[in-house]
Amino acid sequence: MSIDLERFHKSFFEESFEGLDAMEQALLALNISAADAETINTIFRAAHSIKGGAATFGFASVADYTHGVETLLDQMRSGKRQVIKADVDLLLRVVDVLRGLLGAARDGTPFDAAAVTSTQAEIALALAEETPVVVVAIKPAIVAAPTGWLIRFEPKADLFRSGNDPLRIIRGLDALGAMEVEVDTAGLPSFAEADAETSYTSCYLAWTLRLHGDATRGEVEELFSWVEDECRLLIEPLAVAVSINPLVLAETAVSIEPGKPALALMKPAEAANAGSGATARQGDAGSIRVGTEKIDALINLVGELVITQAMLTQRAADLDPVQYEKLLNGLSQLDRNTRLLQEAVMATRMLPMEAVFSRFPRVIRDLATKLNKQVRLVTVGEQTELDKSVIEKITDPLNHLVRNSLDHGLETAADRIAKGKDATGTIRLSAAHQGGNIVITVADDGRGLDRTRILAKAQENGIACSEAMADAEVWQLIFAPGFSTAEQVTDVSGRGVGMDVVKRNIQALGGSVDLASTAGNGTQVIIRLPLTLAILDGMSVAVGDEVYILPLGSVVESLQPLPEQVKRMAGQGTVVRVRNEYLPLMDLREWFGLPGQRRNPHEAIVVIVESEGRKLAMQIDELVGQQQVVIKSLEANYRRVRGVSGATILGDGRVSLIIDVGSIVRLFSQSAAA
Amino acid sequence: MSIAATETGSVSAQLAAGMPNEFLTFTLGDEEYGVDILKVQEIRGYDTVTKIPDAPDFIKGVINLRGTIVPVIDMRIKFRLGKVEYNEFTVMIILNVARRVVGMVVDGVSDVMQLTREQIRPAPEFGSAVNSRFITGLGAFDQRMLILVDIERLMSASDMALMDSHSQALQ
Repeated sequence: MSIDLERFHKSFFEESFEGLDAMEQALLALNISAADAETINTIFRAAHSIKGGAATFGFASVADYTHGVETLLDQMRSGKRQVIKADVDLLLRVVDVLRGLLGAARDGTPFDAAAVTSTQAEIALALAEETPVVVVAIKPAIVAAPTGWLIRFEPKADLFRSGNDPLRIIRGLDALGAMEVEVDTAGLPSFAEADAETSYTSCYLAWTLRLHGDATRGEVEELFSWVEDECRLLIEPLAVAVSINPLVLAETAVSIEPGKPALALMKPAEAANAGSGATARQGDAGSIRVGTEKIDALINLVGELVITQAMLTQRAADLDPVQYEKLLNGLSQLDRNTRLLQEAVMATRMLPMEAVFSRFPRVIRDLATKLNKQVRLVTVGEQTELDKSVIEKITDPLNHLVRNSLDHGLETAADRIAKGKDATGTIRLSAAHQGGNIVITVADDGRGLDRTRILAKAQENGIACSEAMADAEVWQLIFAPGFSTAEQVTDVSGRGVGMDVVKRNIQALGGSVDLASTAGNGTQVIIRLPLTLAILDGMSVAVGDEVYILPLGSVVESLQPLPEQVKRMAGQGTVVRVRNEYLPLMDLREWFGLPGQRRNPHEAIVVIVESEGRKLAMQIDELVGQQQVVIKSLEANYRRVRGVSGATILGDGRVSLIIDVGSIVRLFSQSAAA
Repeated sequence: MSIAATETGSVSAQLAAGMPNEFLTFTLGDEEYGVDILKVQEIRGYDTVTKIPDAPDFIKGVINLRGTIVPVIDMRIKFRLGKVEYNEFTVMIILNVARRVVGMVVDGVSDVMQLTREQIRPAPEFGSAVNSRFITGLGAFDQRMLILVDIERLMSASDMALMDSHSQALQ
């Protein structure tokens, strides 16, 4: 029987990563002084299934590595080992290494061998500290003289149904040393008894295996760990085999002789299986795994529907409401239903913020230990939902902000006590919906931003600033590239690459970052993000016959400049003065090479756009309106176009290009500088 | 490009087996061309296009084809053939090439023809507006001569400016 295992790999990796997450969370939740069995069991189960899966799919590196971990966990589970903080720390590192190993196995990339060996050695050490006592106490003779093992393996008839294969186990045993195998076919039903439906899928054979060599009992039992409940298993040292043998055979006789063994054995086993299956499935009842590409296809289709519906509504606007009453009623119903459908489909891509927040207890724990600070993490609004793609992209910036808060924001316990604050600092992560946006806040109750230090640092780094700047403007300085106020560069943060990257990443998602800070009372970073990346709030503007979409988030204001507001600078192009600020002026018609007479700026409309803190005045002919647009890819059938981030379809079915404000601002300032 | 190679390979295999091969024929100026019918998705009238900045003149822009953004090329401009005007008779062949959808404006679409192997002659080195490396052969049919174009290679060529340079690297 050859099954293409490759197609299960994806689920294996998905499940393993989920298992690791569960393991990590359980480890963090583990109360050292009073470790509860259920939590340890959760950790053990996660490790166990990763190991089993890895062995089945042939990821030996993962399986081998997990083995030692499992042993350690098993000792904790059975109460043979006291749970201590060092073990938990070690296991947390193990989780990281396993993540790396699994990632390496999935992508076929090399893994961090040093980390693997070092944690492996640590585990071995941890095991060595306690295990000898335990093992010697239980089976002193066996450890002392292992010359081999006599194994009687009688699988239950429905072994195959649980996905196990005796052949795999026997091969595994074979790898441990020289082996003699005896097959016991007594269980095979006669042809007359054979039942077409069950006989092909049942296991009637039993084996007596003699394994020579110095394999330990643990190694042998290990191989059978997956079938423990699915078979009758007897493992005895080979030296005493002679005395054991009759006993084994006697037992065999008892279990296999009576009447129709296969059926008789199968019934209760099946009942038990069905029972355990039902309890296991209860957890994920009512949810299914669906590929994101299927959901994306659905979202695209709904996008189409929204466009068609908008088109119909536009066409119907001129109809006589009396004559076409029914049609118009139908259309308004369609409008409502389309909107509901769109919301429902969008909701399928939504994940709770918990997916991001759940990693921070670990980050904070590690960092707090490293920095020797006391921190309490408070998370609020974990259930707030956000588009999956946004969630994936917001994780890194958030991580950076949290590390920053911990490193720069919070004071050490001694400092805090000196200032009359609680020795334990608080970092508060919250997420909430606000209109069409989601607002994520990272707040700490630390020392707050230091105005003078930021200004001094900005001057030192050649960033334009002045004493007269408002607080909010001063805070924005820390988003400037190459800015860092940390007095000492630590490996935690403070290299000065960071806040500008955070801001850029968030802007790339169509969001914004704001800072609020009170000296001595802490800092708040407020991130606003759109709920989804598939839809954009846009401002439609016309240039000649073409309509373009400007992302609303980057539009500051629009105005019709007076002739005296527009100045030509020799060789530098044109600038517009808006409230004492001179902004470079670019003509969208000229930039896109569109036909038509160039207008004077004071006869046209100027839209002020902003990206990465730089403003630009963009000259257009007309403002058309404001609307939500569904983002379509231009690159699917064409190629990238400079200054265009994508396209959308307007209500009348025409294509409209979405302007990439970020790249235009960048390109324009480069060309102006050149 | 391997895909194009295998597909033209299968065409010649079909031809070798004496199987008729179907071509959609269209005119550009006085010349009549044929493309593998399996590459044609549909034929439609010329719509309003949305201009794309920074594009060569023969790329008219993009259209909305039932929700997909599809670029449109005017072959008459590209090969300087025929009179370039847009009216209700202007047609566009929607092609499926190199996993992309592309619209191609031509002077007119004539019909679908079956050609047997005997009717297909090797292409001479010159004689048509379309570069001879994109021509797979000449089809003789009654008194007409059909220039058979490897449309996939033609559309993937770098001077068509349809794809980013990294997708051209696949060729």
